Amino acid sequence: MIRLSRLLALAAVLLVAGCGKPQFSDAEKNTIASLALNALPALKPDTTNRFADVPAAAALGSTLFFDQGMSHDGNVSCSTCHKIDRQFQDDLPQAVGVGRTNRRSMPLAGVARNPWFFWDGRRDSLWAQALTPLENPLEQAGNRAAFAHYIQKRFGERYERIFGPLPDLSTVPANASPLGNEAEQAAWKAMTPTQAEGVNRVFANIGKAIAAFERSIEPAQTRFDRFAIDLASGAKPKGDAAFSPEEMLGLKLFIGKANCVTCHNGPRFTDNSFHNTGVPPVKDLPLDRGRFDAVAQVEADPFNCFGAFRDGDAGACGELRFMVKAAPELVRAYKTPSLRGAATRPPYMHAGQFSSLEEVVAHYAKAEASVEGTSEVHPLQLSDHERAALVAFLKTLSE
Amino acid sequence: MFGRGTGLASLWRYLLAGLGLAALLAGILAIVYLTAPQSAPGPDISRSKKTANGLFVASFQPERGIIKQGELQSWLLTLKTVAGAPVEGAAISVSGGMPQHNHGLPTSPQATDYLGEGRYRIEGLKFTMSGVWQLRFAISAAAGSDTVVFNVVL
Repeated sequence: MIRLSRLLALAAVLLVAGCGKPQFSDAEKNTIASLALNALPALKPDTTNRFADVPAAAALGSTLFFDQGMSHDGNVSCSTCHKIDRQFQDDLPQAVGVGRTNRRSMPLAGVARNPWFFWDGRRDSLWAQALTPLENPLEQAGNRAAFAHYIQKRFGERYERIFGPLPDLSTVPANASPLGNEAEQAAWKAMTPTQAEGVNRVFANIGKAIAAFERSIEPAQTRFDRFAIDLASGAKPKGDAAFSPEEMLGLKLFIGKANCVTCHNGPRFTDNSFHNTGVPPVKDLPLDRGRFDAVAQVEADPFNCFGAFRDGDAGACGELRFMVKAAPELVRAYKTPSLRGAATRPPYMHAGQFSSLEEVVAHYAKAEASVEGTSEVHPLQLSDHERAALVAFLKTLSE
Repeated sequence: MFGRGTGLASLWRYLLAGLGLAALLAGILAIVYLTAPQSAPGPDISRSKKTANGLFVASFQPERGIIKQGELQSWLLTLKTVAGAPVEGAAISVSGGMPQHNHGLPTSPQATDYLGEGRYRIEGLKFTMSGVWQLRFAISAAAGSDTVVFNVVL
């Protein structure tokens, strides 16, 4: 009798334990495996940049990335906002270069895998992206003629070893750019087409060198990845790969009821697309309509994939060729950011609107309407326990 | 009586407890089963069908046989008349989206090439998330204009 009652008690305990601990279905296991870092394919070559995998180009790019001489006031480099010890971002709600910008700096892990760059995708290659802050008056505030002269003076020999002879810059004005101030624009217009082409070529190569360096910045393995590997192989996760019941629940919600994985999918936790999720604008910042206004900007960019500075053939330009140019859902649509490392880099969203992951989860649960356009997010009932679990899971992507 | 029961009564008591537990287990299983999401009739995922007004028979296949999430890819739309003759010189426009998420396609796919035998290459498709995608083709050819919708489930 005692044996029987013990057996019954054991059965009851197992039943309760089984209910309390989330188990993953085969479909859920497949989803979890698709999010793990070992599902990330090898980085594809960038045929639009024939220097993308040239070590000397990456080395020059690295020098330029950290060089404050690459700015109008001599105080700003790429690394001012993309800090090497801070996941290549700056912890600020809006980046501060020569001036204060309108947007949050983006971290760079896996950046070479993006089809579109910036929060709104206003550039279509990593090398074209790298050129934009150089001439933005709020970021590095330079002009391309000045950059060409600077490269010749400081890095002429290194440049020529990689890219071939520099053009004759002796008659090129010290400051000139089609995007600069009035004097710089006038100087640009007064240049011959050969001079302009030469300066643009040097400028494009600066971007190609920086992009070659940035290709080496890749996401690192996290606790989640170790957990996912063990789950896939059927091994019992050990040490830090073991998830707490709260982290397990958070993961289950992330790929299930909370629908996070709809957009935050794949090993980088992003669909590389643009969505209006009703994130409110920041008071006092200029009107920002996200992807809606970026379409014309990327089309007009002379350094885009259809432009004269692309290497390789136009077969690489599919994203630009088949880009959605007009649709209501482009209004206030912003890129889905990767969630790897997100827990340790507040604030969140395209202009640092939310200061904690708890606020982010609350925003998505509440699903407030967008100030313009239509939010794709639907309200969600999440208990306090479930919200905390989601945050606990997100932290495993930073450990 | 029951308090100082014989061996038999005691056995009876355990049997009752066992039955009770079994009933509880059955009840829990029934609740889990009944509250599980009912599998609604899935969308029509056939890759070959008549167009809305029956003018053409359209089939839609990934050009390389597999669907890869998140990558630009091309599919082939094959158009035949009901009698089985290839439809040539068709003007095709593509639209679509994800009805469950109220958004359109993340790209603007286009018919970019005619490969003969009624086969048209549809380039620039990209499925960025799992779920039900709808692809709608407006087809205009000598026989007239018609539309067809394919569901692609990822």
